[in-house]
Amino acid sequence: MGTVFHLDIVSAEESIYSGPVEFLVAPAQMGEVGIYPRHTPMLTRIKSGMVRIKAQLKEEELVYVSGGMLEVQPDVVTILADTAIRSHDLDEAKAIEAKRAAEEAIKDRASELDYAKAQAELMEAVSQLAAIEKLRKRRH
Amino acid sequence: MAGSREIRNKIKSVKNTQKITRAMEMVAASKMRKAQDRMKKARPYGDKIRNVAAHMSRANTEYRHPFLIERDTVKRVGIIVVTSDKGLCGGLNTNVLRRALNEMKKWQAEGEELEVCCIGSKGLGFMSRLKANVISQVVGLGDTPDMASLIGAVKVVLDGYTEDRFDRVYIFYNRFINTMKQEPVMEKLLPLSDDKMQSDEEQEGSSAKAAGWDYIYEPEAKPVIDDIMVRYVEALIYQALTENMASEQSARMVAMKAASDNAGNVIDELTLIYNKSRQAAITKELSEIVSGAAAV
Repeated sequence: MGTVFHLDIVSAEESIYSGPVEFLVAPAQMGEVGIYPRHTPMLTRIKSGMVRIKAQLKEEELVYVSGGMLEVQPDVVTILADTAIRSHDLDEAKAIEAKRAAEEAIKDRASELDYAKAQAELMEAVSQLAAIEKLRKRRH
Repeated sequence: MAGSREIRNKIKSVKNTQKITRAMEMVAASKMRKAQDRMKKARPYGDKIRNVAAHMSRANTEYRHPFLIERDTVKRVGIIVVTSDKGLCGGLNTNVLRRALNEMKKWQAEGEELEVCCIGSKGLGFMSRLKANVISQVVGLGDTPDMASLIGAVKVVLDGYTEDRFDRVYIFYNRFINTMKQEPVMEKLLPLSDDKMQSDEEQEGSSAKAAGWDYIYEPEAKPVIDDIMVRYVEALIYQALTENMASEQSARMVAMKAASDNAGNVIDELTLIYNKSRQAAITKELSEIVSGAAAV
């Protein structure tokens, strides 16, 4: 202990990196930060860019992250990578879109009609089968 | 011979249905494996962000995020309902919607106002038939859910919470237990409860760090903590969604297997009836010929 710390890079969709690391450089919002073991606790946003990782007895590795959060604890460092491009305005636009879609969906549900119709037919066939099966069991 | 032709047609139609259900069963089986993989892959992120949030709640931060603060008065409730986009998956959606409906009735009886966010078109259809107050929705997520499509709908709910439009947020989804078993669950999303915020180390009972320290924040405490909390809640919802999708595929596989089996049984039975009626017809014809010949 003392010469390495544990690094996890995870995104919501997968785990990207996990293992002991000697040194790390990440693109923090206010400029690149280099982190050695026993760094003081720190919490920051990171921009999209390369994270440079130096593990023991290994070549330096580069991992791309599309932004996210960086948490530093003395012997554990976690990078929570975003899978989507985020910004306040973009999130806001998406929220408005989701609201609008909800209002529209209540008004008009015709577009899904064809699919729903085909599905209803199949559903009926399946439930018919189930009913026949039940009748058959009762008879025997 | 009209009867036997009818039976033959019936057999043909059941066979066609069986082909469809069998194909759907196989498709669901292969999708199920992928959905389960995705569910497992989403776990590390949830675990890590929970650790970070737990560290943060132990730290002596100058700013406490509204998600962490319990509110005394409860008048309005936000609900997130996770369902599948497509049907034919047994009682999966019905179970989770029934669960949600029961709770909603209870809340309404207590005079609380409800607002609903629907993820998945089955839930949306149900809620709009109920004339519930749907504030946001995401449908058509496909087989690979991505965070990007969730952000908008979730933000509407989170904003509602921070703006005091509701005091609690619950999520309903199907928890994946195994291929044969899925369970509709209700979880309290906001305010974040303390037991959810336990980090791994604390759960294992080892060193809980002493309070009194704080992070260095870049650029400032508030935006960074805000970001973390929003991501944390999104991660919880994303996990619920991946679980629900894995549940959906396994439930569909099981339902379609049952349907194919039923179709097989029905075909056997119909074939038996068909053969019997065919034989009866032949016997009748023979006896007519014989008796006709005897009469001559």
